[in-house]
Amino acid sequence: MSIWIAIAATALGCYLLKLAGLLVPADTLERPVVQRLAALVPVALLAALTAQQTFADGSTLVLDARAAGVAAAAIALVLRAPFLVVVAAAVAVTAGVRALGG
Amino acid sequence: MPEQTTSPASSPPPRTETTPISGTAAISGAAGAGPAADREHSAKPDAAVVRDALGVGVAVGLSGFAFGVTAAGSGFSVLQTCLLSLLVFTGASQFALVGALAAGGNPFTAAAGAFFLGTRNAFYGLRLSQLLALPRPVRPLAAHWVIDETTAVALAQPTRRAARIGFTVTGVTLYLLWNLTTLAGALGAEALGDTRAWGLDAAGPAVVLALLAPMLRTATERATAALAIVLALAALPLLPAGVPVLVAALAAPAVLWLKGRDGTRQRAGDPHAAGPHTTAAPGKEEDR
Repeated sequence: MSIWIAIAATALGCYLLKLAGLLVPADTLERPVVQRLAALVPVALLAALTAQQTFADGSTLVLDARAAGVAAAAIALVLRAPFLVVVAAAVAVTAGVRALGG
Repeated sequence: MPEQTTSPASSPPPRTETTPISGTAAISGAAGAGPAADREHSAKPDAAVVRDALGVGVAVGLSGFAFGVTAAGSGFSVLQTCLLSLLVFTGASQFALVGALAAGGNPFTAAAGAFFLGTRNAFYGLRLSQLLALPRPVRPLAAHWVIDETTAVALAQPTRRAARIGFTVTGVTLYLLWNLTTLAGALGAEALGDTRAWGLDAAGPAVVLALLAPMLRTATERATAALAIVLALAALPLLPAGVPVLVAALAAPAVLWLKGRDGTRQRAGDPHAAGPHTTAAPGKEEDR
């Protein structure tokens, strides 16, 4: 049940955000501090998500094969690899480390 | 078409006579360009716009597979996974929601994280509404496609006509492929059984990292990311699931506040002491 509530809340919220941008008068969101916060909040959230999905196991921090996979993805990004190659590198390295008993 | 996987915003202009297009230049250029201007030599051929849009749409659309696998591997049913892609249709928020619920978060903190990630789409819509000048009845439909990729393609076009074509073709391609590959990924994850053995639990963080990477252009952005990681990992053992990511969002106002204080102290000296700023949405204060 809680999954359905989360899906409904997210779908509605994310749609209203998209629609708001197209409908509100242009000067509403034009304040520089609002613009810069809007640019920085996704940076903070995405960085936190990456860290959490790499190192979290429930509410404990662990260092497992995922870390090696995400490190491979980071290297692929630095080398300007295409999106799909980045994800494939993470999956392949994680699977490889697990297969080796990591 | 593997050579089309880069964003057109970062590829060189197709014709020598067109100047490099930045976001604001695209808006002012499109505002001045009427239908007649589209036939001028500076107009980009429709086919070139469609090619750019298809390249982005296909490359990113295929990564819906990673979402399908991640969601199904996190305990979402195939129906729930597909509904997320159909109704939410903004990748970072979808991954955030699935990650937060998989970690045991309650539905509202999970949805809050997804919502805050979606706020950037409101700012994209603001820029697109000036650029595309859509009729009011079309806006509720077009709104669903206001995301990173459609905005990047539309803002990179020299005329309003090209921007509309770019937005629409990217939106259609991405929506179709993202949802088809989500379904394929969800079904595939069920067939594979233990997705961890295949390393597929690393797909989620890798996709999120790939979304983050192009945003890390300035010292401010890197400092924000670093502080957010420290906050999230420090809060993880202490706070309920889902909350640490929201706490980490405080890194954004914190870094802006620290930078503002730094700027006040140095205002008498070099006005650009904080470094050149190239965020997607430069404010007026940046010019001073």
